[in-house]
Amino acid sequence: MSELSKRGGRAPVPAGWTYAPAPESRELLRLEERYGLYVGGEWLEPAESYTTISPATEEPLAQVGQAGPAEVEHAVAAARAAFDDGWSSLPGSERAKYLFRIARILQERSREFAVLESLNGGKPIKESRDVDLPLAAAHFFYYAGWADKLEYAFPNRRPRPLGVAGQIIPWNFPLLMLAWKVAPALAAGNTVVLKPAETTPLSALLFCDVLRQAELPPGVVNIVTGDGSTGAALVDAGVDKIAFTGSTEVGKAIQRRLAGSGKKLTLELGGKAANIVFDDAALDQAVEGIVNGIYFNQGHVCCAGSRLFVQESIAGPVVEKLKRRMATLRVGDPLDKNTDVGAINSRAQLEKIEELVASGREEGAEVYQPPCRLPEKGYWFAPTVFTNVAQSYRIAQEEIFGPVLSVLTFRTPDEAVEKANNTPYGLSAGVWTEKGSRILWMAERLRAGVVWANTYNRFDPASPFGGYKESGFGREGGLHGLEPYLAFE
Amino acid sequence: MAQAPALPTGFELPLERRLPRIGAVDQVAVEARAAELAKRSIKRESKLWALELAVRCIDLTTLEGQDTPGKVAALCSKALRPDPADAAVPSVAAVCVYPNLVPAARERLAGTAVRVASVATSFPSGQSPLDVKVREVEDVVALGADEVDMVIDRGAFLSGRYAQVYDEIRRVKEACGDAHLKVILEVAELGTYDNVRRASLLAIAAGADFVKTSTGKLPGAATLPVHLVMLEAIRDVYEETGRRVGMKPAGGIRTSKNAIQYLVQVHETLGPDWLTPDLYRIGASSLLNDILMQIRKEKTGAYQSKDYFTND
Repeated sequence: MSELSKRGGRAPVPAGWTYAPAPESRELLRLEERYGLYVGGEWLEPAESYTTISPATEEPLAQVGQAGPAEVEHAVAAARAAFDDGWSSLPGSERAKYLFRIARILQERSREFAVLESLNGGKPIKESRDVDLPLAAAHFFYYAGWADKLEYAFPNRRPRPLGVAGQIIPWNFPLLMLAWKVAPALAAGNTVVLKPAETTPLSALLFCDVLRQAELPPGVVNIVTGDGSTGAALVDAGVDKIAFTGSTEVGKAIQRRLAGSGKKLTLELGGKAANIVFDDAALDQAVEGIVNGIYFNQGHVCCAGSRLFVQESIAGPVVEKLKRRMATLRVGDPLDKNTDVGAINSRAQLEKIEELVASGREEGAEVYQPPCRLPEKGYWFAPTVFTNVAQSYRIAQEEIFGPVLSVLTFRTPDEAVEKANNTPYGLSAGVWTEKGSRILWMAERLRAGVVWANTYNRFDPASPFGGYKESGFGREGGLHGLEPYLAFE
Repeated sequence: MAQAPALPTGFELPLERRLPRIGAVDQVAVEARAAELAKRSIKRESKLWALELAVRCIDLTTLEGQDTPGKVAALCSKALRPDPADAAVPSVAAVCVYPNLVPAARERLAGTAVRVASVATSFPSGQSPLDVKVREVEDVVALGADEVDMVIDRGAFLSGRYAQVYDEIRRVKEACGDAHLKVILEVAELGTYDNVRRASLLAIAAGADFVKTSTGKLPGAATLPVHLVMLEAIRDVYEETGRRVGMKPAGGIRTSKNAIQYLVQVHETLGPDWLTPDLYRIGASSLLNDILMQIRKEKTGAYQSKDYFTND
């Protein structure tokens, strides 16, 4: 190149290229100052309330209700009445109409919901826009299709709805988890009382507006907001089924509480997924998969690929490529369309991540964080990778639920399987190899509900999702996702 | 020991000793990554910066049977001063022509910073005897070309005669002397991303200063995923050997928006060092006017009709 520059004469090159801010507009979104509880198709004034904020700026967004046991019972009674008053006996094709309507309205209002999801939850707008919203709508479309085909879905088993489903969802994919829960429940003919997560109630509350637009009969879906005590009240209330997605600790408590009660239960809990890279994998694409596996949604993903197993022969180059790729991640304003990694969802979660990362340092793992300037306000944590991690370290055992990756190595496929399965969890796993036979061999042996091959964090409403061991039981999505909402004669 | 991925037959050549493993490319994942990068939102001053960079990186091209010295002279004027109404718009990097038009371009561009590039080696098919191709390269260099855009023999590549492809590039490189060599892979004929990666590494090993996607004579020329695969090959070579190889997408890039998507890929894959005409070129003809229109829009806030930009 020296030859070219010698002959010179070109204008001097301006200093580097920085992308100008490209924030998504908040104009479409109209937030109320305060929200009640959505019960029986009406807004109920709550006895107590709390403030929900934007984790990226700590800006207060709205006042929402803190539902107590009496209010939860009231919501369950409204759901029971709607169930008895006709929803359960409505022909499936009629129920399907409502679900199709909801799906279409979600599509129409997707930008509004995407902005809200990023605002209240801290996730990058490109993810809420391209992942959460399309998938949420897809779930309603998918289960709308099943509503009038239940007898064909379960031939000779005479499926009938259970009654009132109590549903408790987490804060990592607020609207998507709502869709995963509400769509199959309604398709099967149940009514619902749903409690969104304490930190991310707003998309569920905006969803009530969608329900009204769709003219869903009052009481079929009820939304009660609040903290863990509201969830506990819902578990104890007169529901026929509890569906919970969240931490393993709370899941265990719910299971204890429900033992002997006759209420049906499905749990979708934590994970510590192994993402396994063989030396014949397409490396640059595997690195993309590693990044997507752990830094997608700030690592607030139950199926996050938080343990990376790399074949020892390529560990060096893979880690180098990974670090370089991490340096290009754009951390910052969740509403900016160029942001790759957004804000940590809450102060409590940030503290948990910090504590586990400190333990990793103490235990002797080597830490790398790319240089990035984090905003001063709000809850932020830089993408982090630990190398020289031993299987016995806490960061290799416990779910961190943040943008923190632990890198381990293996030598043979057998060792990869053994190490990957050596965890109390079993939600998901990833396998990266060019060999089709090896993918099948691994998938047979990995004890995980989902095994991705040469991809990661891919979801489809037709594909069941759920865990082994401490990752829970029951499946959501697909035909399997209908079964927990049905009784069979 | 875990098996190293097998090199394709014919690859055990005098490749640079530390050339990275050939490796594989996953089609689904590379297309997904390219699509993701294409969604970057480049606004205001960062857009203007990118548009001016794109102008500086353009190899303004005319490769028609009907090309004449007059046509080439007009194109050279455009290359030097793309927007007569705005002196701040820089010159393009080079003018790219057929061998017979090199003297016309040379004459018009003498003493300027705009280079003369010539296609050679029986462009676009490359289906001629090697001595004919080498002779053509010697001729265009003698006529004053600063840069030579050669094509690889895809027939040889696809039939597995990698050594032949390699040797041809070596011979052409020697014939280039001080002229810069861009090696056109003609990706539309290679069929797979794996082949694109192999051909890129082969060309680089054989001495290419630039790797280039296409002749522009076929549909499905430069695409974002192909570009990404080639950038990753360049990056692997740089990391293994420290050698910086240039990249030139060509064919099918007609809009500013598309050009910026290519630049974003370079920025996020190879880094800011490659954002210079010394290491990055865009082979195009109609793209330039679209960029000029966008630059004027960024500066004035209003679009002007096509009639305000010259057709050359």
